[in-house]
Amino acid sequence: MANMNPKKTPVPEQDPKIRATNFEEVTLGYTEEMAIEEAKRCLNCKNPLCRNGCPVSVRIPEFIAKVAEGDFETAYEIITSTNLLPAVCGRVCPQEKQCESKCIRGIKGESVGIGALERFVADYHRTHKKENASLPVSNGHKVAVVGSGPAGLTCAGSLAKEGYDVTVYEAFHKAGGVLVYGIPEFRLPKKIVHEEIDHLTALGVKIVTNAIVGRSFSIDELFEDGFEAVFIGSGAGLPQFMNIPGENLLGVYSANEYLTRINLMKAYLDEYDTPIKHFKNIAVVGGGNVAMDAARCAKRMGAENVYIVYRRGMDELPARREEVHHAMDEGIEFRLLNNPKQILGDENGYVRAIECVEMELGEPDASGRRRPVEKKGSEFTIDVDSVIISIGTMPNPLIKSTTDGLETTPKGCIVADEVGKTSRDGVFAGGDAVTGAATVILAMEAGKKAAAAIDAYIKNK
Amino acid sequence: MYQIVSKRFLNEAQNTIEMVVKAPLVAKKCLAGQFIIFRVDEYGERVPLTIADYDREKETVTIMFQPVGNSTKMLAELNVGDYIMDFAGPLGKPSETKGFKRVAVVGGGVGCAIAYPVAKAIHQTGAEVDIIAGFRNREIVMLEDEMRASCTNLYITTDDGSYGEKGFTTNKLEALIQSGVQYDEVVAIGPAPMMKFVCAVTKPYGIKTIVSLNPIMIDGTGMCGGCRVSVGGKTKFACVDGPEFDGHEVDWDELIKRNGFYKTEEKNHTCRMTGGVRHG
Repeated sequence: MANMNPKKTPVPEQDPKIRATNFEEVTLGYTEEMAIEEAKRCLNCKNPLCRNGCPVSVRIPEFIAKVAEGDFETAYEIITSTNLLPAVCGRVCPQEKQCESKCIRGIKGESVGIGALERFVADYHRTHKKENASLPVSNGHKVAVVGSGPAGLTCAGSLAKEGYDVTVYEAFHKAGGVLVYGIPEFRLPKKIVHEEIDHLTALGVKIVTNAIVGRSFSIDELFEDGFEAVFIGSGAGLPQFMNIPGENLLGVYSANEYLTRINLMKAYLDEYDTPIKHFKNIAVVGGGNVAMDAARCAKRMGAENVYIVYRRGMDELPARREEVHHAMDEGIEFRLLNNPKQILGDENGYVRAIECVEMELGEPDASGRRRPVEKKGSEFTIDVDSVIISIGTMPNPLIKSTTDGLETTPKGCIVADEVGKTSRDGVFAGGDAVTGAATVILAMEAGKKAAAAIDAYIKNK
Repeated sequence: MYQIVSKRFLNEAQNTIEMVVKAPLVAKKCLAGQFIIFRVDEYGERVPLTIADYDREKETVTIMFQPVGNSTKMLAELNVGDYIMDFAGPLGKPSETKGFKRVAVVGGGVGCAIAYPVAKAIHQTGAEVDIIAGFRNREIVMLEDEMRASCTNLYITTDDGSYGEKGFTTNKLEALIQSGVQYDEVVAIGPAPMMKFVCAVTKPYGIKTIVSLNPIMIDGTGMCGGCRVSVGGKTKFACVDGPEFDGHEVDWDELIKRNGFYKTEEKNHTCRMTGGVRHG
């Protein structure tokens, strides 16, 4: 019998007051009973719209039907037939804008908790798996992947499954890209990322860390070394600043730096040498998921007051609703319709305050969002000792500047078609390196499509 | 993992160390002026060090450093045969070494470790190179033979006059310029205050002055923005736009302040070698 409860089975969470003081995962995930109960809410539609909403076309109703039967391992196999990183996607995908937004149950109530179920299945498998994945039969072709974030890992895994000899090059000392340096532990435990990567290395994927393509070697040299195709999934790593006075004062960070110190370099753990300042009052400028991550990290690092300073209103916040709510529950203060004008320093060059101006929303702009307009004379200051700039990132210029004939846009994004083909023969690209900063799942979709295109390219050579 | 193939002290005071490290990916491509980032072990920081030398055949890279911070002290504890966990590079843009007739390369203290390969690279193009190497005293003089072999004239200065000429590198540089030596370019590498003063000396003469900056950074690929410096009123990332810049355009006071940002944390850090909090 279908479970006709209009509401989702709630996912247990850590209490906001407690979790704001630790880095453990906020969302605790379903128990087996909860998962079965929630799975029974799925109507198993003949024409599953949810699947169309998924960038990697997870066979959603099929896996949920298996969860409802209690056959979690089969559910896992169904998911991983199209999605190589389910434990990650179950946690960080914006399901409310994708699969869950298409769910029929969402019309008269809440959609099926697809994300929570995906996460449950992936976690069940992680804790119950017995066998080691068997190595696919090699087809003798070599492919290089640049960057070990979601796009690169998905591309590498998809190709390895087909028998390709895949080597992934990573500039940092750890694989995972934004999954390890950007997204905090409390949203995506690093153990899970490492396990998903282990799963890929078990498929035969080789990972070379400390390898900076564009510096340690060029794309052309990869071809000279015998790779038949190259996938560039180097992400959008270059942080943008506002170009307002005071941005080089002591205590101003890019969100990238602040998050990397905490997540990759583990500044929150005593046994690590990474230095970090313990600020009292922090303003995070920006309204996306990265801004929420930075603000919530700041709170956990012991800041008394953490402000999100964003120039538009609540409805325009680009962050996921869930992240905004989690941030609010944890005591982050939202200073909306406020735009920073300058950062003020003391006589020693340390941040002492941020000056903002109030904004009001005018006519919609090119993005369809209402354009914020300054209210003249409404300047005011907030006393802070740190400012974290989280207004977006651009693709890293290193590969562009060292690869002849690789076409890029004026913003530095690599030009690639819908399957990832670039202006260079045999060079494919996808993820943020092509689109500019976007989501994990879109990067995975690009990696997956490019893998199929690389497979076709090599087979037709 | 990157094995240490040789290690020696570079001066009498034994406070500056040369390590040759097996790092094929770095050794294959690196050029003078570029840097690496090392991480001693799982718990270590990522620390940038400029490449002092390399051997493409032996696949080795030479670094020279003073154990002053936690990470360089940890590195100094390692010996031949030990492994450094991470050693990434080459990073940054290589030095401009071509097209000069006569260049003065000014090195200050351990900065000579970087000044030396730059001087050598310029000298190899056939240009005349004067190296002015400054040290506090005789005990810390290093690389004298190597530098002498890589330049036209080597001038050593010490603050206390215990070796070479008494005085600062800036005194010697100014004296040479005033004596009529025509430099196309001056390269200054050393502590930020020294580079600042070298720039002050050359500015009135309009001699282009290149400096190599080593600010706080994490990734070295343009991703964190921690290494930002103001050059000509614009924010630049030392890791990808540098590390070398036109010294007359650098906002030195800002750079010196930014480099001191973590001094307190460093001081109160619980040392993993001694287990205690080390002050000073």
